[in-house]
Order: sequence, then C-alpha cells, then structure tokens
Amino acid sequence: MSLSTKDKTLVKAFWDKASKKADDIGSEALSRMLITYPATKTYFAHWDDLKPGSAPIRKHGKVIMKGLVTAVSKIDDLESGLSKVAEIHATKLKVDPANFKILSHCILVVLSKMFWEDFTPETHVAMDKFLSRVSQAMSEKYR
Amino acid sequence: MVEWTEAERRAIESVWEKIDVNVIGPQALESVLIVYPWTQRYFGVFGNLSSVSAITGNPKVAAHGKTVLKALGSGVKNLDDIKSTYAKLSELHSEKLNVDPDNFRLLADCITIVISTKLAAAFSPDVQAAWQKFLDVVVSALSREYH
Repeated sequence: MSLSTKDKTLVKAFWDKASKKADDIGSEALSRMLITYPATKTYFAHWDDLKPGSAPIRKHGKVIMKGLVTAVSKIDDLESGLSKVAEIHATKLKVDPANFKILSHCILVVLSKMFWEDFTPETHVAMDKFLSRVSQAMSEKYR
Repeated sequence: MVEWTEAERRAIESVWEKIDVNVIGPQALESVLIVYPWTQRYFGVFGNLSSVSAITGNPKVAAHGKTVLKALGSGVKNLDDIKSTYAKLSELHSEKLNVDPDNFRLLADCITIVISTKLAAAFSPDVQAAWQKFLDVVVSALSREYH
C-alpha cells in the first residue's frame, strides 16, 4: 500500500490544521491507548502516573507528535525519515510492532473527535493510510 | 463470561442513548467501504461502489448500515449474554455470507471513529475504553460460530 498524490495533499492539509493542537492530541491519544488497551501499559511501568493527562503522558505525547510532524515533512520517504526512531523502538525499547496500529487507531479517534468538521471520509482514508505507512516505517528495523 | 463494572455498563448505555442508529449506521458502513475498500467484496449486490460519492449516495449501503447498527442494540440490551445474542448472526456470516471475521474488527473501528466525531467531548477516554470492550465482545461473539 502506498500513498497517492491525493492522499499526501489531504494529509498535509488536514495536518496543517491539526498540528496547532499537537500537544493535546499526543497526550489524549496516549491516555486513551493506555486505558483502552491495558496491555500497552507494560511499556510504561517506569512512569509514576499513568492516569489520563498525567505529566509523563503529556511529556511523551509531545515526543510522539514531534515524530508525526517529522513523518508529515518526510511523507515522500518515510523509511529514511523515520529511520532513527524506528531503530530505537526496535533495538532499544523493543516495542512489539503490533502496538503501532493500536496507537494509530487512538490518534484517529482523537483527530476525528477534535476536528470532526474536517474529518470527511476522504480525509479518514488518507490519514488511516498515512498512519499505516508510518507504522510500517516504524517496523522496518525489527529483523 | 464477561465481567462488566457498573461504570462500564453506564458508559455503554450512555453512548447508545446519545447516538442515532439511522445516522451512525450508514456513516460507519460507508467508512468501512471507503477506508478498507477490500470490504466491498461482500456487497456486490449493492450496485455502484466505485467512488466515495457513489458509496455515500448509495441507498442500499445506507439501509444496510441501519440494519447493522440496530443489531448492535441487541448486544447493549443483553450485556450479560452477548454470546447467545449473536449466535445466529455468527452462523449466518460464517456459513452463508462467508465474511472473513477480521472485517468485524475493521467495522468496529469505523463505528468507534464515527461515534467519536458525533459525541466529541462526551466520548471521554473511559467511555471509549468501555465502548471498545463492548465491541470486542460483540466481534468475538460474531466470530464464534466459524469453523
């Protein structure tokens, strides 16, 4: 699966608007993931507070969103654009790559909730495809 | 046997009360056909599904969307026996319709996202968690009669 020119245009246009709330999106998506998919908490056992909107969640939400901003800017070559962060998740953090899909879904829920007027079916499919490609690039270094 | 907390029951019922199945149903089915186009394989008799506007304007898609969401209501009203609530539908999807059960998960995700656009702030993280747990149980019940 690859992103068409139309997909990329839709992603960039939607992201232009959504990125203004990047910090809130990151924090909320991460909070929702930890509650809805409790198995994901295993990766954050070293945090002292896993409640929605906690300080560690807000901080890490920002890190994740920075990664997505990078991904949008490198949309034409996600594998090299996300190479470093993919390496970290594979070799150092050892996050099961199935979790990228889970976080992607939570990001979509937050985006659709915050920007419901702009979340048309065309935007939905473009963003779903984009996050799938990001997840794919993030899974590149595992074996 | 699924255990539901009081808070989860309330959350699931609150979502159900707030949504209009005649709006959410069509939009959720349209979404799954648009976002995951391979699902169109099951709807050959619905006519034109060749573009986003064809799908969103297709009356058979809309009608079937309503049917699907209404069926979800049975689960909401029978939280303690979702397995037998959907036993017949499970057999139908497996034996007659030959639907790959992975598609139930795709539709569940689309239902969640469409509800999220409608409920916005009311679809809090706790409510999402309870709602998705409910959909997981429904998907599991629908997948049960496959052999």
